[in-house]
Amino acid sequence: MSEQDEKEHLAEFEARIARGEKVEPGDWMPEEYRHNLIRMIGQHAHSEIVGQLPEGKWIPFAPGFRRKLTLIAKVQDEAGHGQLLYRAAETLGATRQEMIEELLAGKAKYSNVFNYPTPTWADVGVIGWLVDTAAVVNQSMLAQGSYGPYARAMRRICYEEAFHIKQGYDAVVALAKGTPEQRAMAQDAVNRWWYPTLMMSGPPDKISEHTERAMRWRIKTKTNDQVRQEFVDLIVPQIRALGLDVPDAECAPDKATGHYQFTRPDWNELKRVVNGDGPCNAERIAARRKAHDDGRWVREALAAKSGQSTKTAPLLA
Amino acid sequence: MTDTQWETYEVFHQSKRGEAHEHVGSVHAPDAQVALQYARDQFARRLKCVSIWVVRTSDITATDYQDESFFSQSTDKSYRDPKTFGAPDHL
Repeated sequence: MSEQDEKEHLAEFEARIARGEKVEPGDWMPEEYRHNLIRMIGQHAHSEIVGQLPEGKWIPFAPGFRRKLTLIAKVQDEAGHGQLLYRAAETLGATRQEMIEELLAGKAKYSNVFNYPTPTWADVGVIGWLVDTAAVVNQSMLAQGSYGPYARAMRRICYEEAFHIKQGYDAVVALAKGTPEQRAMAQDAVNRWWYPTLMMSGPPDKISEHTERAMRWRIKTKTNDQVRQEFVDLIVPQIRALGLDVPDAECAPDKATGHYQFTRPDWNELKRVVNGDGPCNAERIAARRKAHDDGRWVREALAAKSGQSTKTAPLLA
Repeated sequence: MTDTQWETYEVFHQSKRGEAHEHVGSVHAPDAQVALQYARDQFARRLKCVSIWVVRTSDITATDYQDESFFSQSTDKSYRDPKTFGAPDHL
């Protein structure tokens, strides 16, 4: 393609986005747009897949049959979300196989938040409530994004996340209304998840590499700091309404702006955890590898039955 | 590792008899029967569903978004539109 053609295509592409139209598979798009989306959707997919693990661990120990069924359904949703997102990334030319290989090799990034341990039952409630609220704030923003298949996947996922938040909140309420020990357990979980959850929205705008262009092409429609603030404004009153504390003495409403002030998390910790050096990164990847190996016989049996093993996917979603 | 990239099937979902089958997404599967099971697990976990179709993605022939002329109407077709007539609404 000549430089002139490239310029015209780019102008057309940006005009389409400015009009609020979606980009669909097969449309011309700048390589950087494609590349950024594959990176982002891939990381998002991996986060859903790895995100099954911290809570999945509690399925055998859930208190009561109803909470056990609920947790199984929630973890199954995360697996489903991962598959939806891998499909969305595939419409841009990535393959599910190479994305999974990257994850299993420990080369792929995914959300920082799933690399922290879940030592108590309260963690399951607090993940559903805090972490999934932060996820929904982010994903509702992404549902407004310019790439059709990703935006469609986000709408479906947000619908299911509403259930995740409610079941988490319900579990925390039970503890908050319970014995002093149960209350302390809920508070301890809020204390441990607060900063990792604030980090989920990504590095602050002033050091985020991708924000400016991502906003212009509507890969994102709000910046990391905007998403983080929206989450804080939403969750702080909920935490306090349950009689629990936000583990930040600076956290107070700012009358001038109408938003809550809060202490920023340690960005070096975010960097370390995302780059593989969090408390549970090695454990998570090892668990994914084991799941992949343990499931191999099923894939092989299905492939043998149908007489086909590998074939690449055309672009549709 | 060459064991995960099965071909894809587009999934169409009917929420109740009388409604149209609606495209809801796609799944990887080794054959159409397994695709139906994956489609059920992926797209009918909660909402009511009475029928699912799966179609091999590669069997779908589609128009190209770039080829807008395919849909352009060269002459005025407004006479096909009920709103362009002066007849009363109750007709």
